[in-house]
Amino acid sequence: MLQTKELTYSYDGKNVLVFPDIDCGKGEHWLLLGQSGSGKTTLLHLLGGLLSPATGSIIVAGDNIAAKRAAALDSFRGRHIGIIFQKSHFVRALTLEENLVLAQQLAGAPIDRGRVEELLGHLNLGHKLREKPDNLSMGEQQRAAIARALLNRPDVILADEPTSALDDINCQEVIDLLEREAAATGATLLVVTHDGRLKARFPRQVLLTHYQPSL
Amino acid sequence: MNLLQLSWKNILHKPTSTLLSLVLFALGVGLVSLLMLVNRQLEEKFEKNLAGIDMVIGAKGSPLQLILSSMYHIDAPTGNVAIADVKAFLNPKHPVIGKAVPLSLGDNYRSYRIVGTTFDFFTLYNAQLAQGRRWEAVFEVVIGAAVADALDLKTGDTFHSSHGFVVDENLEHTDASDFKVVGILKPTGAVVDQLILTSPQSIWGVHEHGDHEHEHEAYDLSKPLTDYEGESITSVLVQFKARNAATLNMPRGINENTNMQAATPAWEINRLYAILGDSALALQVLALIIIAVSGLSVFLSLYASLRDRRYELALMRVMGASRGKLFALILLEGLLLAAVGCIIGLALSHAGMGVFARALESSYRYSFTGALFLKEEIWLVSAALGVGLLAAFIPAVQARNTDISQTLAEG
Repeated sequence: MLQTKELTYSYDGKNVLVFPDIDCGKGEHWLLLGQSGSGKTTLLHLLGGLLSPATGSIIVAGDNIAAKRAAALDSFRGRHIGIIFQKSHFVRALTLEENLVLAQQLAGAPIDRGRVEELLGHLNLGHKLREKPDNLSMGEQQRAAIARALLNRPDVILADEPTSALDDINCQEVIDLLEREAAATGATLLVVTHDGRLKARFPRQVLLTHYQPSL
Repeated sequence: MNLLQLSWKNILHKPTSTLLSLVLFALGVGLVSLLMLVNRQLEEKFEKNLAGIDMVIGAKGSPLQLILSSMYHIDAPTGNVAIADVKAFLNPKHPVIGKAVPLSLGDNYRSYRIVGTTFDFFTLYNAQLAQGRRWEAVFEVVIGAAVADALDLKTGDTFHSSHGFVVDENLEHTDASDFKVVGILKPTGAVVDQLILTSPQSIWGVHEHGDHEHEHEAYDLSKPLTDYEGESITSVLVQFKARNAATLNMPRGINENTNMQAATPAWEINRLYAILGDSALALQVLALIIIAVSGLSVFLSLYASLRDRRYELALMRVMGASRGKLFALILLEGLLLAAVGCIIGLALSHAGMGVFARALESSYRYSFTGALFLKEEIWLVSAALGVGLLAAFIPAVQARNTDISQTLAEG
């Protein structure tokens, strides 16, 4: 479902990051571990199609996104990949409900308010539908971001340090939630983190230590 | 939610800078539109009331004043001229003059001017009776449509005139006979709508300060005016049979060889345009500067908001929006501000014109309206929308070029 081969990335054409090959099957949950500066976020952005690799291929749901052109990549990302960032962002002029409806629209999915309400209710945010994102607590914002990533039933969910800013209890809760909701839609989940607390939870792990800057 | 709704909500999300941009746009567009409305209607008024008049003869003084008082009825007359002096011009057998219409001014009824003249005046302005008849005796009057409307006068009604052009009870001609309305004119759109017309003999009759009531019976409407050499009138409106070298030189001849003056309407009105044109231009430039500043305000407000919104713009890309969509979004925000500002500005100028129409009507003897939309306003709106687009262009390019990976990695 999510596969990379001989993936490299270069900021400037000289320094090259080399990534290990990844192969995550459908519905599997993976942990991508690495210290700060090991290129975790870069890899996540490559997998999410936010960056273009120097070489190699990234196969998402059978499509090589490394070969896709700008606009096609944008709409592919909207439909097939859900991304959760360390800090959640929203369109601040819109209510929570409108933010999620916008996510359906930008992805080219049919508008389904029932799905929005159901999902938010599931994440304990049913009463915050008409709130502006700025009025939500950090924990609520993170849950809302998860809801948005899951909304279009993506094939792949990428989470970038979703727990690093949270205490143990919230950390537990968010990871439970992610695993549960990913399982509910049968999505492949890849959590990128340096958070040691998560190691025990995920039997499938990739360690990002031995990338080589080559000349 | 389409892009338009999204940009609308984004605009509403920052009410203060939006308000500033809207106020500036509305002010600029409203001012230009108001100027165009007044200008157009004044020009129309001047054109309509030219009525094919080639020359105006009256007492010496300012030629512009003579034209304004005798043709547009907005200034005081320059004085009076004796019938004996203008007799030659009033002669129907004059070789070059086709039509000569005498005017006797100086009285009003509740600020509507009373004009003593001949039936040729009707022909001049294509005025036709809506009801009643023309005057057949002294002190009978025919009134313009706007007068009948404003003063609620009907045929058979009578009134006392007042001396001068302003309402002043002390100047009422209480000792003179009543004027009697015998006819009401159809609306013409020209100055005649605002006038009370009668024979010059009626005017003379009012000012005949004898102690006998029936003095005016001495005036016989069947006799030509030129028989009353001892009386005077205010001016003569002249139409030539044809314009040629002789008619071209006639005003100069009159100015040099008589104690009267002759003014040419076309020249004087052009002079007036030149005077008014300068101040109108200054106002127009001011309004255009305001529109430019409103464009700047839109630019600054969008540009500043991009910093706050870079995450959400990157996020929209993550959610599947293309670069083009972000570009269009920001462009739409600029366009929306300009469009809403335009609508407010046009609404204000037309409503304002409607409100001021009454005040302008009494001082300019012409019906103004706010319910008039000009072709030029389409240009004005296009220009304002263009300013909005232009102001949003650079921010839109920036939004388009947002580096999503870098932005999201930051925060």
